[in-house]
Amino acid sequence: MNDMTNPNLVARELKIVGTRPLRPDGADKVTGRAKFGADMHLPNMLVGRVLRSPHAHARIRSIDTSKAQSLKGVKAVITSADLCDLPSEFIPAGEMMVNFKDMTRNVMAREKALYEGHAVAAVAAVNDRIAAQALALIEVDYEVLPHVMDVDEAMQPDAPLLHDDMFTIGVEPTPDKPSNIAKRVEFGFGDLEAGFSKADVIVEREFSTKPVHQGYIEPHACLASVSEDGQAELWCTTQGQFIVRAFCAKLLGMEVSQLRVTASEIGGGFGGKTVVYIEPLALALSRKACKPVKMVMSRTEVLQASGPTSGARIRVKVGATKDGRITAGDALLKYQAGAFQGSPVQPGAMCAFAPYDLENVRIVGFDIVVNRPKVAAYRAPGGPIAEFAVESVIDEVAMKIGLDPIEFRLKNAAQEGTRAPYGPKLGPIGLVQTLQAARAHAHYSAPLKANQGRGVASGFWFNIGGETCASLNLGEDGSVAMVVGTPDIGGSRASLSMMAAEELGISLEHIHPIVGDTSALGFNFLTGGSRVTFSSGMAVVQAARDVIEQLRERASKIWEVPLADVEWVEGHARCAGPGEARSLSLAELARTAGKTGGPIIGNAAINATGAGPSLATHLVDVEVDPETGKVTILRYTAIQDAGKAIHPAYVEGQMQGGAVQGIGWALNEEYIYDDKGHLLNPGFLDYRIPVCSDVPMIDTVIVEVPNPNHPYGVRGVGETPIVPPMGAIANAVSHATGVRFTDLPMSPPRVLAAIDAQQSQ
Amino acid sequence: MSKRHVTTSVNGDSVEFLCSTEQTLLDVLRDELFLTGSKEGCGSGDCGACSVMLDGRLVCACLVLGVEANGREVETIEGMSDGEKLHPLQQKFLEHAALQCGICTPGILVAAKALLEKNPDPTETEVRYWLAGNLCRCTGYDKIVRAVLDAAAAMRGASAKPAAASSVQMQSA
Repeated sequence: MNDMTNPNLVARELKIVGTRPLRPDGADKVTGRAKFGADMHLPNMLVGRVLRSPHAHARIRSIDTSKAQSLKGVKAVITSADLCDLPSEFIPAGEMMVNFKDMTRNVMAREKALYEGHAVAAVAAVNDRIAAQALALIEVDYEVLPHVMDVDEAMQPDAPLLHDDMFTIGVEPTPDKPSNIAKRVEFGFGDLEAGFSKADVIVEREFSTKPVHQGYIEPHACLASVSEDGQAELWCTTQGQFIVRAFCAKLLGMEVSQLRVTASEIGGGFGGKTVVYIEPLALALSRKACKPVKMVMSRTEVLQASGPTSGARIRVKVGATKDGRITAGDALLKYQAGAFQGSPVQPGAMCAFAPYDLENVRIVGFDIVVNRPKVAAYRAPGGPIAEFAVESVIDEVAMKIGLDPIEFRLKNAAQEGTRAPYGPKLGPIGLVQTLQAARAHAHYSAPLKANQGRGVASGFWFNIGGETCASLNLGEDGSVAMVVGTPDIGGSRASLSMMAAEELGISLEHIHPIVGDTSALGFNFLTGGSRVTFSSGMAVVQAARDVIEQLRERASKIWEVPLADVEWVEGHARCAGPGEARSLSLAELARTAGKTGGPIIGNAAINATGAGPSLATHLVDVEVDPETGKVTILRYTAIQDAGKAIHPAYVEGQMQGGAVQGIGWALNEEYIYDDKGHLLNPGFLDYRIPVCSDVPMIDTVIVEVPNPNHPYGVRGVGETPIVPPMGAIANAVSHATGVRFTDLPMSPPRVLAAIDAQQSQ
Repeated sequence: MSKRHVTTSVNGDSVEFLCSTEQTLLDVLRDELFLTGSKEGCGSGDCGACSVMLDGRLVCACLVLGVEANGREVETIEGMSDGEKLHPLQQKFLEHAALQCGICTPGILVAAKALLEKNPDPTETEVRYWLAGNLCRCTGYDKIVRAVLDAAAAMRGASAKPAAASSVQMQSA
């Protein structure tokens, strides 16, 4: 692997990058031909199903599977005994860390069931009906234990304890008693006390958010086939086939190269498909049954047992002078991790105040286990929760000192050279440009009527790079099969093909993108962290330059001129030396490749570094119905620095989609549990994500402040759009009603109660 | 329990299959006929990913039993294009980038086609309420609504209504 430290920012005029061609996988996806996780069938395939805990917290005394095993048509039954127990070992999965000790327990409960829906056993049978009958025959002897769902209750010394070996990391000295507090993190610098003493205005508020699910429309699904000699194939919907391979091999005690994982088309992920649930179970069942096993989660299982993001309690305090300079910022974040440690409190803490240039700042975060499904990454994991609270307080401070909220942000905006609260100095970023664009937008000066309010919020997200490979296989007719290792979750085949075509100087129609399985390429980190157009883009560009190098060599051989005399211009080798002008096209060189040295393949295996943070500012107008408390989104404008929009339509799509997910988070979505820890709304009827009639058009403004570390200036755009909406909407609802809203979701009963409370004062 | 024999029509072709009585039409389409373009997102009629036409009426295939298809006409996403010619809705979805992951796309296309057959000139609000039963988590619906309106205009032979200014790109040094 080599670091791509000099990516040679492309300075020439661009022909393809920045245009809006049709996506290469388009026809398959509008005709129903595209194969998603549940769309694959194999002969003699069995159906796998999971038995799940009905209890939020229970010790598993014993599991008797004998009756299920003897049912005719049942081919395999597994429990945790069929997976490896593993020591505690943290490794990255997207922007989160996973721990194998916890992972093996999360995919199949061992000592205890830790949330309702926690898997305790699984069966494979010849059909779904028999599989369901078999589940009913499995006898689990549970000792039901007291459970805890709320972070503040879980932090109490007498709270029910989930793990008796959890001693809080990050406090000195390490506690001698176990607790539900997995970790404490702290970031910041300066002198808070001095900062607040200089402030003319101080606002301090407490906030709460509920766990919300990524809400991908495609449930988790996979098809595993393990042969008698241990060779295994797995087809599954995932954001990272190489991550699935790594996790499953570990859980099953296999070598990674024994297992070939193919990523199906993926029906949404948003971070939630960066971990494994049923995939290792399907492999274990198939290994036992020696037949292919297909498993598909129901929507209820998705909501009960796959990862939402954290619910949280947050306290934020901000002080500012009356001329609008922030003097200090302080935040306390308490995030639910679910049943196992690993909430996104650390990234949340890192980006809480990141849009601002502060002298005195502190963020303290706690990662707390509770009897809920283990959280998974969700689009900018941790950021939206912390920044919702900070952006609400920023708005209130601006109001108190009588400054326009955009003006107040501009006076404090982080820029190139600003020291981020998490340590390093920021490179070039586009927050100021998004704020200026917001202020200049017609939306910002449009009139409002009674019961309407306008809100503004900004947002920050890091973006990541990571291990990435790509291959460009030059066909004898001059077409290019482009193999990448990152699943295409929203148009990356298009953006990556465009960069390859731009580099090679050939028409886009000759690039044929393929998402390779784990046998096709070296290790690729997953599709997440807004990294695909950035990292796979860098790899594709490097592979294309490798192809060009080889083509120049072939031309120099044919012309018998020094390599230095051959340039690559617009898809042609040109002889730059003395004598007559000569030119060979890529297709001509490809046709004769067999005679000039053999097939031509361009490869890249890189560790992409230098991802650039993407910042955004959102504007929203709402109307609040004073009789019902219903909030209607009237107008929405999302403004974001993309660095460079390779395919602007798909960049807009990310901004629009993130904004609407944020609208759901702000107004509707929440997990509702009863006092036994049972989820009361495990379906799309009651866990209500925004529908088409809930929202207006989402206007977009793409700002382009190039990331100097990418050949085309790409930053990555996927995650930032979900950061500002909750703050912007809360600010808008607060302005419409005159009541400050600090708890999400702002559902009609909550809004109505707040309005009524205000009127009765 | 013995399976039932069902004779039906799928995308204009006469089809026979055996199904158990608890199998839904969606199960039959996907697992017996291998027409996997109709998707299962919820199994409870909430997401619309399995939208199909049954005797000209838009239904969720997960809420219909396989045996209920007997003697009736089923149309699915697989029957939408005409040979290699995409339906105008399919074409406009591609032109407008109205899909990201694509899992909801077949159901939305079937539902949108049903709308335009009833109402060839819908307003934005009519499109939004008609599609309110089809969940999309990726797009925020903006480009979907634009694509449906543009397809409607193309099918009427009219030029598309000018869409409200929605996207701006600004370059900074």
